[in-house]
Amino acid sequence: MIWGVVQFPGSCDERDALHACELANGEARLVWHEERDLGGVDAVVIPGGFSYGDYLRAGAIARFSPAMEAVAAFAAAGGPVLGICNGFQVLCEAGLLPGALLRNEELRFTCRQVELVAEGSTAELTPSAGGEPSSRLSIPAKHGEGRYYAPDAVLDGLEANGQVAYRYAEGHNFNGAARDIAGVTNEAGNVVGLMPHPEHAVDPLTGSTDGLRVFEAVAAAGARA
Amino acid sequence: MRARVLIRPKEGILDPQGKAVERALPALGFEGIGHVHVGRMVELEAEDPERLGELCEKLLANPLIEDYEIQTL
Repeated sequence: MIWGVVQFPGSCDERDALHACELANGEARLVWHEERDLGGVDAVVIPGGFSYGDYLRAGAIARFSPAMEAVAAFAAAGGPVLGICNGFQVLCEAGLLPGALLRNEELRFTCRQVELVAEGSTAELTPSAGGEPSSRLSIPAKHGEGRYYAPDAVLDGLEANGQVAYRYAEGHNFNGAARDIAGVTNEAGNVVGLMPHPEHAVDPLTGSTDGLRVFEAVAAAGARA
Repeated sequence: MRARVLIRPKEGILDPQGKAVERALPALGFEGIGHVHVGRMVELEAEDPERLGELCEKLLANPLIEDYEIQTL
């Protein structure tokens, strides 16, 4: 399969995302933010960083880029989209995912390894190399604005529909996210966003390969679409 | 027309910036100050003030988490 990784001015994790996509399945290429055509890709990744300097609000300006119009059309047609960190913020601002990401409770930019629990359809992850299938993942998080928020009625709806994709394991919700939510999907289940960084956990050299499973789950969704 | 848009966190949403400012005040000798909230202000000139509301809804504020107020100058 072919992955497209959208690059905005201020993106900074697109190279690791390309590498992770290729390790997971297939080949990957960058899509510059001014491109209106995704060039027939099978899956899209919106990577982390500080798109357009994160001026105004994180992700607020990136959502108006030509590439995001193409991503919205791709998602509406059922194509799989993965948003990581700033990419998650962009997808929320664009209305492709419910909720918003607010300043961390303690106001600090935090970089640490977190334990996540995959839920719903994302729990059908492939086993990590040499390990048993598990819904638990250890991957890094690094952000200052990652406190997931949605009104209670919306949160109830997400839980009822199985749209909570990833939660922080007990003791790992460092940003104060509502109901420990680290990632959500849209109603159709083809768009998923999360704050922690699976693309930084794909090589044993850096301690964990659990991040690959997030990409493999998206690849599996792409194969089904 | 010149206008000023005030954007603030919605009531009931934890505002850690406001809390941090509030907590810093006693150390500087400012007692008796509470309910501090930190927002944003945007000043602009608009040829068509009719569309300012739409502009706020679409870009300047995120209506899910923020309230806004348009003041004409």
